[in-house]
Amino acid sequence: MAPHPLQGSAEMANASVPLDRMDGEPASAGNTPLRRDLRLIADLVTDGARVLDIGCGDGALLGYLTETKEADARGIELSQAGVKDCLGRGLSVVQGDAEKDLHLYPDHSFDYIILSQTIQAMLQPHDVLNEMLRIGRFGIVSFTNYAHWRARWHLLRGRMPRTAAAAEPWYASPNIRPCTLEDFELLCAELGVHVERRICLTRHGQVSRLASRKWFDNVLSEQALFVLSRRADAGAGA
Amino acid sequence: MIDQGPQETEADKETGISSPTFEGVTPSPEFKEMPAVDGTDLPGSRIRLSAPIQLDCGVELGPITVAYQTYGTLNDDRSNAILVCHALTGDQFAADTHPITGKGGWWEMVIGPGKPIDTDRYFVICSNILGGCMGTTGPMEIGEGGDRPYGLNFPVITIGDMVRTQARLLDQLGIERLFAVVGGSMGGMQVLEWVARYPDRVFSALPIATSARHSAQNIAFHEVGRQAIMADPDWQGGSYYGTGRRPVRGLSVARMAAHITYLSEPALHRKFGRSLQDRAELTYGFDADFQVESYLRHQGYTFVDRFDANSYLYVTRAMDYFDLASAFDGVLANAFQGAGTRFCVLSFSSDWLFPTSESRDLVRALTSVAANVSSCEFQTDRGHDSFLLDVPEFHRVVAGFLDGAASAAGLR
Repeated sequence: MAPHPLQGSAEMANASVPLDRMDGEPASAGNTPLRRDLRLIADLVTDGARVLDIGCGDGALLGYLTETKEADARGIELSQAGVKDCLGRGLSVVQGDAEKDLHLYPDHSFDYIILSQTIQAMLQPHDVLNEMLRIGRFGIVSFTNYAHWRARWHLLRGRMPRTAAAAEPWYASPNIRPCTLEDFELLCAELGVHVERRICLTRHGQVSRLASRKWFDNVLSEQALFVLSRRADAGAGA
Repeated sequence: MIDQGPQETEADKETGISSPTFEGVTPSPEFKEMPAVDGTDLPGSRIRLSAPIQLDCGVELGPITVAYQTYGTLNDDRSNAILVCHALTGDQFAADTHPITGKGGWWEMVIGPGKPIDTDRYFVICSNILGGCMGTTGPMEIGEGGDRPYGLNFPVITIGDMVRTQARLLDQLGIERLFAVVGGSMGGMQVLEWVARYPDRVFSALPIATSARHSAQNIAFHEVGRQAIMADPDWQGGSYYGTGRRPVRGLSVARMAAHITYLSEPALHRKFGRSLQDRAELTYGFDADFQVESYLRHQGYTFVDRFDANSYLYVTRAMDYFDLASAFDGVLANAFQGAGTRFCVLSFSSDWLFPTSESRDLVRALTSVAANVSSCEFQTDRGHDSFLLDVPEFHRVVAGFLDGAASAAGLR
């Protein structure tokens, strides 16, 4: 998966100043501080919710949700290393490929389905979105925005975008379905998916509130975080 | 699936294969009366269940005796009990010295103070299965009012019957709810049966290297074993007790065939290759020229010291009959409908007896009823027996799963 924005080079990190802060210091589950973008996601989840984290990695978010939100938090993870880490920590994680296995879950069996930095690695992102909103009341999706000005600058120079959040060269990038914030909203509209919330993030995973118009968001956000629903099922917002 | 051979060393536990250290000539298993026919000279606990048990085959069996071992201490509210279910040729001596072989318990790496199933924290019960030959009622035992062992008059038993017996044992011990049921291979079948039959009595379930139904290939291997036993003239139609003869050759061959299925080709190759046994060249005869032959013969003839041939027939049959979905309209998911149990389904990449695909089927069924399920396949070349061997990452996951379940159960 794409590395976290904070893993970008020092040179690039200096190029952008945090525009805003969501709140205080990053929270921690146990002794490990939770990655800021994951913390943002966690803050969207209500206490005691049933949560499925697709591509849960080492279980950082699952652990946090279990301990802090007393959530019934479960995960799907493809990599054996990730699964073993999660199970070793006592988290509920199935080893498997979400694209093959999501259809198995019954309708409305979760409150939140989380897809963090994973959708662009999917073969059929639209199917995954549909499945997410069949299984869960809300979908929370985060991804790298390829319309960020730095990505555009790379293209202008004749190169594929390599942002801090997606630093791999084109041939090694897990993001086989790169998209922009606007592309994603168009897909949601096409699928009849309701956007409950759109949170734009800077390279540091901090919430950008400077821009109020979509065009600016599309240029200035390096990351995007969406809360989605099928309106009829969702009830009152996330 | 348990025996690792008396010559086993710690190094063998890493490879999963014992070194043959005896002469490479055909060993002829010698006759020894099976010890402990009535179980009274076995260490550990025995309990008599006086009310008969209704078996799946329609017969009522009873009273019956159950032999079991416990480890750790039951807490005040009786909430820390873990039932460990043993595999085909295992027994209740999971974590202490085996009274016949003198070897350590088959799961002593997993059960004990500070181990994945931590006896400082949990109370562990392991009972010999119904139909077994280590003190629980089985074909080598004399039934109530009878004057000779059951032999083939023992009714055919199922995994369900084994579990029913265990439930009765727990009733007697005053344990209403198990914190966990854990088991590999046939032990895993019992774990699944437990959840399907007594969902409210099982907080968490750890089925390992197992399947919700015995495959055609596995039934086929079992049939080879049974035919080997029944083809031995010393079997005598199953009535060999007290005759001074018992089917040690047939049982030995059954064990040899089965043992191959517990390993894997890469592991056999790594350990033996085509190496010769105590000789420089081929003998152009039928002695055990190859180390692998010698090893297998050793596995076969040591097994007969501690296992009863009729019991082997009955227990393999119970596995063959296992198809959990069959009692639930053929839909496996129905077996777990509404179960609040937390599952952790584990498998090993080189296990061709209970391959990961069968664990995956199980996980799919559990997922489709929104069960709380975890799963993991471990990469190892040591085959089915991996669950008995030193696989640290497997042990870490067992410990982690139980720990997570303990938090969820509010267990201190």
